[in-house]
Amino acid sequence: MIELRQVTKIYPNETKGLSDINLTIRDGEFVAIVGLSGAGKSTLLRSINRLHDITGGEILINGQSITKAKGKELRLIRRNIGMIFQSFNLVKRSSVLRNVLAGRVGYHSTFRTLTGRFPKQDIDLAFEALSRVHIMEKAYARADELSGGQQQRVAIARVLAQEAKIILADEPVASLDPLTTKQVMDDLKKINQEWGITTIVNLHFIDLARTYATRIIGLRAGEVVFDGPVSEATDERFAEIYGRPLQQGELLDEVVV
Amino acid sequence: MSTQIKLGSDPSQPSLRPKPPGRLKLYMTAVLILALIWGSGKQTEASLGELFTGMPNMADLLKQMFPPRWSYFDNIVRGMLETIRMALVGTTIGAIIAIPVALLCAGNLAPNRWLYYPSRLLLNLVRTIPDLLLAAIFVSVFGLGPVPGILALTVFSVALISKLTYELLETVDRGPLEALTAAGGNYFQRIAYGVVPQIQANFMSFVLYTFEINVRAAAVLGLVGAGGIGLYYEATLGFLEYDKTCVIILFTLAVVLLIDYASTKLREKLL
Amino acid sequence: MNPIMIPKPKRSSSRWLIYAALLAVYVWAFSGIPFTGIKETAGQVVESIVTGLFAPDWDFVYLPEGEDLLRGLLDTLAISILGTVISAAVSIPFAFWAAANMSRFRPISGSGRVLLSFVRTFPELVMALLFIKAVGPGSFAGVLALGIHSVGMLGKLFAEEVENIDRGPSEALMASGANRLQLLWFAVLPQVLPSFLSYTLYRFEINVRSATILGFIGAGGIGTPLIFALSTRHWDRVGIILLGIVVMITIIDLISGAVRKKLV
Repeated sequence: MIELRQVTKIYPNETKGLSDINLTIRDGEFVAIVGLSGAGKSTLLRSINRLHDITGGEILINGQSITKAKGKELRLIRRNIGMIFQSFNLVKRSSVLRNVLAGRVGYHSTFRTLTGRFPKQDIDLAFEALSRVHIMEKAYARADELSGGQQQRVAIARVLAQEAKIILADEPVASLDPLTTKQVMDDLKKINQEWGITTIVNLHFIDLARTYATRIIGLRAGEVVFDGPVSEATDERFAEIYGRPLQQGELLDEVVV
Repeated sequence: MSTQIKLGSDPSQPSLRPKPPGRLKLYMTAVLILALIWGSGKQTEASLGELFTGMPNMADLLKQMFPPRWSYFDNIVRGMLETIRMALVGTTIGAIIAIPVALLCAGNLAPNRWLYYPSRLLLNLVRTIPDLLLAAIFVSVFGLGPVPGILALTVFSVALISKLTYELLETVDRGPLEALTAAGGNYFQRIAYGVVPQIQANFMSFVLYTFEINVRAAAVLGLVGAGGIGLYYEATLGFLEYDKTCVIILFTLAVVLLIDYASTKLREKLL
Repeated sequence: MNPIMIPKPKRSSSRWLIYAALLAVYVWAFSGIPFTGIKETAGQVVESIVTGLFAPDWDFVYLPEGEDLLRGLLDTLAISILGTVISAAVSIPFAFWAAANMSRFRPISGSGRVLLSFVRTFPELVMALLFIKAVGPGSFAGVLALGIHSVGMLGKLFAEEVENIDRGPSEALMASGANRLQLLWFAVLPQVLPSFLSYTLYRFEINVRSATILGFIGAGGIGTPLIFALSTRHWDRVGIILLGIVVMITIIDLISGAVRKKLV
């Protein structure tokens, strides 16, 4: 369970990133966060695993405050939260396998990881994660030899190998074409359904959010302006969230449906 | 809630996995490099022990360098001025000679194919000889003094500036050249109106850059008797007057850094 | 009929000032050079050098009792290899110190930068002189001088490389609970290592050149027999040594250049 209590973020230049956000996300939910760019989607997501510090309020992960955690405690909480990024964030020159194994470093001592001696179970885990996303045969290829969609699947495998209980995905499909978008979103959905991993995804495309999510949260100017099941997230409500009618660029209809 | 993910039940067999790439090449490279380092250590008789026993000497030396004997400053101003002078003259003459050399070596502008290959080869060979080595040779030809130093810097400047320039020349826009050919311009007119405007800022920047390097080089040319402030190192070190050596070093550092700074600013303005 | 307006070119009075200043500098520079002090024997010497260069002392290539060309070149090579390895190793921590994106406070990276530019400016020959005083004359002093001096340049190049890395992988690893050291090892090093190696090779090319002259001041290598041959006017020996140096450096440049092309 993820609880956000009166979360506020004010940037050093005094612009408001988030203001007074209260949310509870239960285990196994598939939440899509939507909103215009600059609405605070990314800030919200990065506050959950504290890649960004918040300036007010508190965030609890399974009852434990990540806001107050320090050092090792913080790293142990982060270990249970996987993250997927718009730009994949793989080490391009390293092999796919090594990128996936990098998800395991939180489990081992510094010395063990630096000498590269991952236990056999980790290697097995990495391969199984890769086979889940159907790119096991690429295990020894360099990450930059892969296409964008394949790279994002490697990033998903990294999160799987991390054995995360929560997945945060920050615009995971924004740099992919419609077809790979569908594959990546299907993978995320499958993982969410089969293993009950709580999944929170920032999305630009509203119809994608409606297709995959169980719950939609709308942000505008750092505030929650919509929070409800997909059935309530009609085009009219979105027009409200966005402050204007939906535009063609915000729909991906023809491919996904 | 312990591990929700039961990846262990996944049917993917190790036998289905791709084969890891061979590591032989990596190991061979590692062995080769280690062997090179070990061999070099043997050859140079490098030893950590010697370094540690040398440490007190080093510390002692540094102790003797401070406080610097500032009064010595007056004696070396002349030497420093000579250093700058040498760098200035060497760079300038070098830059002038470099212009025709670069034209000879540029694949797209060379007036004559038969001159192009030998001049390039010669240039590359000259570039392998360090400036101090050139200076040592010139000293034995012309005797002690700044003249052999200037000659060495000139040769070095010609080699460096022509290389940078001919590489640049090979990338010039051919459009203006064609226009000038069409208008009936001869070789020199084509160069003057079609090429020079395209490269002059960069060329000046190369000259300044070479000047920076030459100031650094000129500061040590004196060690082989080729003039400049370097002459004073042996004089002071020989008499174990390390506090004077320290003044030379600090003065050199200050002048080099100052010239570097000014030259870098100037180059930024040029481009 | 209107006469055609001819615009006047922009003219800046400061331009003439710059020209005048330049002229003054050149007059000062050229007037101070004693061009007269050239030995009358110069022509004769040039002649004997040219003869020496074209009829090199081939016997010097290998002498059974040692102190020959091959051993001198080998020594030079060894000095540059060891000096380069030492400087590359020392440069890595310096690079992280001087890289602006690795520390939260500006003065930390700033101080690293200043130190590196100080080391870069300190002439390696002078450094070698000081090391000779510390560990005695010989190749080891040369190794130490190259090893320390090269840090100035390598550290700067490495630091720039560290500043240009993609922050994404570090962010991803931080999100998965990695500590600082793991971050460095899994996200930063793999990105910078190939360029580190490439710069090291480039510096190796420079160091081989430097190592050929270290012998002039007693810091080992081929420079020792060369300065000896120069001062005793054994021009045929100078010729063979020069030939050896040019051949060695050309071969090393070719190999190193090919490897560098493969790395990046």
